[in-house]
Amino acid sequence: MVKISMTVNGKNVEGEVSPRTLLVEFIREHLKLTGTHVGCDTSQCGACVIHVDGDSAKSCTMLAVQADGSNIITIEGLANGEEMHPMQAAFKENHGLQCGFCTPGMVMSAIDLANKNGDLTEELVREGLEGNICRCTGYHNIVKSVLDGANAMKAAE
Amino acid sequence: MSDTGIGAAVRRKEDFRFLTGQGNYTDDINRPNQTYGYIVRSPYAHATINSIDTSSVKEADGVVAVFTGEDMQVGSIPCGWGVNNKDGSPMNEPFHPALAQGKVRHVGDQVAIVIAETYAQAKDAAELLEVDYEELPASINMENAVNGGPAVHDDIPSNLCYDWELGDEAEVNAVFDNAHHITSLDIVNNRLVANPMEPRAAIGEYDTATGEYTLFTTSQNPHVIRLLMGAFVLQIPEHKLRVVAPDVGGGFGTKIYHYAEEAIVTWAAGQIKRPIKWTCERADAFVSDAHGRDNLTHCELALDADGKFIGLRVYTKANMGAYLSTFSTCVPTYLHSTLLAGVYTTPVIYSNVKAVFTNTVPVDAYRGAGRPEATYLLERLVDRAAREMGIPQDEIRRKNFIPTDAFPYQTPVALQYDSGDYFATLEGAQKMADVDGFAARKAEAASRGKLRGLGYSTYVEACGIAPSAVVGSLGARAGLFESANIRVHPTGSVTVYTGSHSHGQGHETTFAQLVSDTLGIPIENVDISHGDTNKVAFGMGTYGSRSLAVGGEAMMKALNKVVDKAKKIAAHVLEADAGDIEFADGKFAVTGTDKEMAFGDVALTAYVPHNFPHDELEPGLEEQAFYDPNNFTFPGGCHICEVEIDPETGVTEIVSMSAMDDVGRVINPMIVEGQIQGGLAQGIGQALLEGAVYDEDSGQLLNGSYMDYTMPRADDLPSFKVGTSETLCAHNSLGVKGCGEVGAIGSPPSVINAIVDALWDLGVTDISMPATPQKVWHAIQDAKMAQAAE
Ligand code: FES
Ligand code: FES
Repeated sequence: MVKISMTVNGKNVEGEVSPRTLLVEFIREHLKLTGTHVGCDTSQCGACVIHVDGDSAKSCTMLAVQADGSNIITIEGLANGEEMHPMQAAFKENHGLQCGFCTPGMVMSAIDLANKNGDLTEELVREGLEGNICRCTGYHNIVKSVLDGANAMKAAE
Repeated sequence: MSDTGIGAAVRRKEDFRFLTGQGNYTDDINRPNQTYGYIVRSPYAHATINSIDTSSVKEADGVVAVFTGEDMQVGSIPCGWGVNNKDGSPMNEPFHPALAQGKVRHVGDQVAIVIAETYAQAKDAAELLEVDYEELPASINMENAVNGGPAVHDDIPSNLCYDWELGDEAEVNAVFDNAHHITSLDIVNNRLVANPMEPRAAIGEYDTATGEYTLFTTSQNPHVIRLLMGAFVLQIPEHKLRVVAPDVGGGFGTKIYHYAEEAIVTWAAGQIKRPIKWTCERADAFVSDAHGRDNLTHCELALDADGKFIGLRVYTKANMGAYLSTFSTCVPTYLHSTLLAGVYTTPVIYSNVKAVFTNTVPVDAYRGAGRPEATYLLERLVDRAAREMGIPQDEIRRKNFIPTDAFPYQTPVALQYDSGDYFATLEGAQKMADVDGFAARKAEAASRGKLRGLGYSTYVEACGIAPSAVVGSLGARAGLFESANIRVHPTGSVTVYTGSHSHGQGHETTFAQLVSDTLGIPIENVDISHGDTNKVAFGMGTYGSRSLAVGGEAMMKALNKVVDKAKKIAAHVLEADAGDIEFADGKFAVTGTDKEMAFGDVALTAYVPHNFPHDELEPGLEEQAFYDPNNFTFPGGCHICEVEIDPETGVTEIVSMSAMDDVGRVINPMIVEGQIQGGLAQGIGQALLEGAVYDEDSGQLLNGSYMDYTMPRADDLPSFKVGTSETLCAHNSLGVKGCGEVGAIGSPPSVINAIVDALWDLGVTDISMPATPQKVWHAIQDAKMAQAAE
């Protein structure tokens, strides 16, 4: 067992994990933050995307010990009480989710995409979400949501 | 129209919890003192189990128990629909064990469960299980299976589940003998994996104090699971079995069925007296979730000199896999052959279906179920017939459409369509797709060395499943009604308990709109409760686009009862006759006076009945209704796909996808459009990308992961043009038809017809799904070689 500590959604957390524990397991099982999902076992679906030190990362593809000392944001860390992050609000406004299972990963990827690109286009969004699979929406409304959310993020700056 | 009532694009009530990570999916639930289960699966397609040695597993760290088929002697997992052979004899229905009994019949078949304190311990210990298998030859491909291939079940040497027919073959053949033209096609409807993003999961629990079992499961229909598992597999009576399907991350059909793992964790929880959680990994999902489609069809369309369809005959082999999943048997028969008239007036139709056992994962309904297969073969035939006879694609369709004034229309294949206007949806789609501008776009593409094609699909489907009397006469072993309970609380807020289940469809919003609209109360005052057999009286669940058309109607029936009772209460308070009370905008008023009472006051009075005449008026305001529809509903429409193909690489790009659908009255247009868009993506996935491939020798699924099975991604798809055009359902009060499956039913033939259109002049006449770049490229090369050889 290895002792680890990190900042998750602004709070310091500690844990004792086996060296093989995945970061997503640590988040879901130890921290009980079940908004981060697991949709595959080959690092393909993006349901598990979180932010590690400001970059989006698939938490199923990192070991918990690799995240020791880092600053992590999960889907639970975005809203301010009842007030959603502009990207979350854009997903609601544009019906960018149906079953909601891919949604946390989509939103986390979308925010990273918006942060790292000046002006997003439909093409950039579709390419940028290559690592996130949604089976429900056909992506049409996800693309609209991300474009809208990115604009709202800019406006809020 | 109020901004939260019927017809309004109300933003979804459920979204806040999903967007903030507060959804409550089965794997998010943890029970006190919980253990973890890992299912050991067969690595072979077909093998005898000589022995299983569990001793080293039992000694491994953290192991609580291990069970095999020898320990778990329970009932067969039942099939919900009996289909008879041509000669009237019943179908072959093999025993379907939860844990293998002496034999495994597909890669992924359940062999044992290892239960430990942690999931990692269970998985590690499972490595130590020693199973002595003796591998047997397997039947993987359907043609081999029915032509002397190894028997999947020893007592069914033919590998046939049934040989079924609909229609009079001799009569249809006589029409073909005198036909002006016959168009024939051999069709492969590719095998698909539904792949909802949430993998299946189940938690079984046993309460020693009450003797009650609880199962949390990723299901589209918890009451159906309770019935099938309780009554048939484990013999647990309903009052001792609670099934909860909390938030469910997509279903698409594959979460309808009762799965072995549900029975295994429930039964085993009773053995070890601790909760057991099982969560499927994606690799296991590929070899244990029921697959979809997988038909081989030969079909022929007879036409007269004028291009009118005069007869259709269809011969299908449908893969059942190794065991009969819950609804598997009705998919290629009653959900397929009854749709073969499509939107056309074809007077005589014959369909023969042979259902075949193979050593593959069971196959069952996947979004559309039977109807996409029927639509695909029909629309490919129509497209081909038009080309062969030199008739424009839209003209051949108009020529054969059921006239708009001919409804109700009785087809030759049992169904009676109640309403539709196929001319309107065709015209609407043509406008959206700018068909007039296609020639110019094609010429422009050609100047860049690219090939453009335009493909049509005009379809109808039968959903709102279903009238119990009809499906009962066709072999369904259940009724397909729905229930609703409306509980008005003393302060006027409302909880609705519905037997429908939402796993992405947005019921918490659409259903609340119905209540808000009918009772004239704010939508915030309405909550929809579903998915728990201890809360909801009964329910058949959500599939076959039935939630609104059946579940919504049950709700309307119960709401009407609430209004009737409330009128009586208002009449009592206002000292009037109940017949003189009018209800509008949330107020009960005495006709012709200014005496009125708000809904909230009536609700309060119902629970504070200080001076009720108790022999005439009961306290309380809560009503229950069951609704059984009179007929199926029949959404229909037209999908037009435009593709551009790069002949150098074979890559097909969908440049536009236009869908004009008639789904009846639209309650929430935002949700309806979302459902259609999602369906289109799955239809395009089937047409261009997806297909489960088995190794014919070993029976291994060759593309059982997201590395290999091509799920549609954002950059594989275009933005869609979606529109609705309304004819009302004639037999339900809301006029609704259903929108969940139309996208997946209508779109695949439009995509393939567009590809054929693009390549036709090169000499390519057919391409099968999925039309991968490799396949398209080869078709182009083969056609070029053939032309060069001429
Ligand atoms: S769980 Fe699928 S990419 Fe992480
Ligand atoms: S909303 Fe269901 S998978 Fe994306």
